[in-house]
Amino acid sequence: MNFDFSDDQKQLRDQARKFLAEKCSSKAVRVVLDGKAPYDKELWKGLAEMGFLGVAIPEEFGGAGAGHLELCVIAEEMGRANAPVPFSSTVYLAAEALLIAGSDAQKKKWLPAIASGEAIGTLALFEGKGNPAPKNVKLTAASGVLNGVKKPVADGAIADFAVVAARTGSGGRDSDISLFLVDLKAGGVEVKSLTNLDPTRGQAEITFKDCKAEPLGSAGEGWSILTRMLDRAAVLCAFEQVGGADRALEMGRDYALDRIAFGRQIGSFQAIKHMLADMYVSATLARSNSYYGAWALSTNAAELPEAAAAARISATQAFQHCAKNNIQVHGGMGFTWEFDCHMYYRRANAMALGLGSLSYWEDQLIERMRRKNAA
Amino acid sequence: MNFDDTPQEAEFRATARAWINANAPKQYEEELRKSSLGRTVLKNADILEVAKAWQKKKADAGWACLHWPKEYGGRGSSPIERVIWQQEEGPFGQLSRMFIIGHGMCGPTMMAFAREEHKRTYLPPLASGEKVWCQLFSEPAGGSDVAGLRTRAEKDGDDWIINGQKIWTSGAHYSDYGILLTRTDPTVPKHKGLTMFFLDMKSPGVEVRPIKQASGASDFNEVYFTNVRIPDHQRLGEVGDGWNVSLTTLMNERSAIGAAVSTGFPELFEYCSSLMLDDGPAIEDRAVRSKLANWAVKASGLKYTSMRAISALSRGERPGPENSIGKLVAGSMIQDVATYALDLQGASGVVSGEDAELAGRFQAMLLRAPGTRVEGGTDEIMRNIIAERVLGLPGDIRVDKDVPFNKIPTRGRN
Repeated sequence: MNFDFSDDQKQLRDQARKFLAEKCSSKAVRVVLDGKAPYDKELWKGLAEMGFLGVAIPEEFGGAGAGHLELCVIAEEMGRANAPVPFSSTVYLAAEALLIAGSDAQKKKWLPAIASGEAIGTLALFEGKGNPAPKNVKLTAASGVLNGVKKPVADGAIADFAVVAARTGSGGRDSDISLFLVDLKAGGVEVKSLTNLDPTRGQAEITFKDCKAEPLGSAGEGWSILTRMLDRAAVLCAFEQVGGADRALEMGRDYALDRIAFGRQIGSFQAIKHMLADMYVSATLARSNSYYGAWALSTNAAELPEAAAAARISATQAFQHCAKNNIQVHGGMGFTWEFDCHMYYRRANAMALGLGSLSYWEDQLIERMRRKNAA
Repeated sequence: MNFDDTPQEAEFRATARAWINANAPKQYEEELRKSSLGRTVLKNADILEVAKAWQKKKADAGWACLHWPKEYGGRGSSPIERVIWQQEEGPFGQLSRMFIIGHGMCGPTMMAFAREEHKRTYLPPLASGEKVWCQLFSEPAGGSDVAGLRTRAEKDGDDWIINGQKIWTSGAHYSDYGILLTRTDPTVPKHKGLTMFFLDMKSPGVEVRPIKQASGASDFNEVYFTNVRIPDHQRLGEVGDGWNVSLTTLMNERSAIGAAVSTGFPELFEYCSSLMLDDGPAIEDRAVRSKLANWAVKASGLKYTSMRAISALSRGERPGPENSIGKLVAGSMIQDVATYALDLQGASGVVSGEDAELAGRFQAMLLRAPGTRVEGGTDEIMRNIIAERVLGLPGDIRVDKDVPFNKIPTRGRN
């Protein structure tokens, strides 16, 4: 049994960590955090040059042709560095959608552009409150034209193209939904930036007005493709969350060792030690669940839906837990803009919602376990 | 990343599986499978006899204490082979429960510190289950603070005379031997005045009294020592070095990898899958699902954490510290799971025993659960261990560190 990443994959992780430590310092993240840039263009270019954007894209489409395990280890480092780039939207969602359902022409058009850093992609699914569900998709598609409003769309203001979930049938069935590919620079769309919990990753409202779109995958297959996309993205995001959780835990640990109060290191108080021990427990459970998700993703196993939901829940909880208690360990300083703690708190809570909220995934996990048991 | 055996592992697994299939006491398989927490009880047989018979059979065929050297009754197996054996032994592994302390703690301590002739005499019958061992560390005045123990050992010629009391000794009532941590010098700081021995539990002056637990059952004992004589050659380690010797024992207790920890989740999931609530099936209820999902990811997280440790063994590496979370997570989880299972039963959840839902399985779980959060290191001690050894945080400030043991206050209030 080797339920671990290979030495090559671990080496890639170290390489990504080193690269991000250099190119994605807290100072660099703060340029985006403070609203001085919509994302870190230099970093994005560097990620492309390192081959990280196309690591799981086949060579024939301009990628490195490695695989999802390689993408997982990079994702972990992206989370650790709190990278202010549209990595998850472009790589976990848009590229994966194309790999799952794209025609050869669509793949040829967009995948090389993703790998080279020229195209930013995203998924336009949500329309206001609510979790992923066919009935929540109101935007219509008729005769290759979309009408409706998507909100929030992650990285929507900087994206070049979007995968859009649209209604092609009248009911709440899975088969009433189809996916479309929209070139956001080609007209028919209005984009408005939204302020959001995590300014290091933008959110937007996109209005589609008689916007031309081409189908992605077969008509009526939209929901089944989307479900697979969300499962894959859940695993990949889980690795970002694991990386973020680990970093928050480290920050808390380091501060507990440095800070003196009542004449001793605060890390010598059991109230602090036990809080940090519990953070370690959450982070470890999340990592192990995510490894299982990675295995299922990389082997396209029948267990993926269940493994993805478990990874999603566990990693979401761990990142939220570690990020909030990191602030608590820091005390008042943790609540300042100047300290980095809030960046992870913001990211943790934004990521907890991005692919559907925790309660949605809890419901999904048990439904999937129930179905497997009944079968 | 894969879950596949290496060719050597696959071969070992096949051999182990074939032997278990041909030799295991199949008539008890179903009962053993259902005993998920705390006690294993067989309706029509004495568990002690069945367990000893199975252990002896394994030993005769070379399947006992796999990781021990052959000359001491083991098989000389690698750590990963031991894990594979545990996986294959499955429910029959429940029968090893009464030997866990002996095999997991006393044996390794003997191996590290006993004289060669003692090892050759005592270890093989310990491996084969013919002799059962217990561990005599905890005392009324020394639980988490084991080094606060007071049982005295005083030199008398070539013997030591033992007086004092131990508590929470698992299996003392059926044990043949025990390892015993004593205080030989109360005038030095507490960690420095301890000495370890092993002794015959049938020695004159040893008295075992069962403890009636909060759950009503009796799994543990108090053991009283009145002028018990132990020959000096049964000393383990140097006089005054008992603390270091005991660390070997305790490290072994916590290093058991791949041993399944009970979380109560499979039982709860199965229960909810068929349970009808007032508004419909429990498994379709959003509130129930939310609770189940939270426990599901803890249970799977523990399972895959253990897989990661096993993978390290498979590569011939030492597992990382991740495994230290198992008991901490599972202990409080099983308590919460049991509480919730009773909540789902409404007012009737109060009924326990044979007349209760599922013959009182969750009620029994609830009453046993507090013990799991205390035994083998309390939740708080486990958190200290993680904080100090894994995260590198400072140890507690120990106000009694440099104080002679007999000057340490013994009461909080007068």
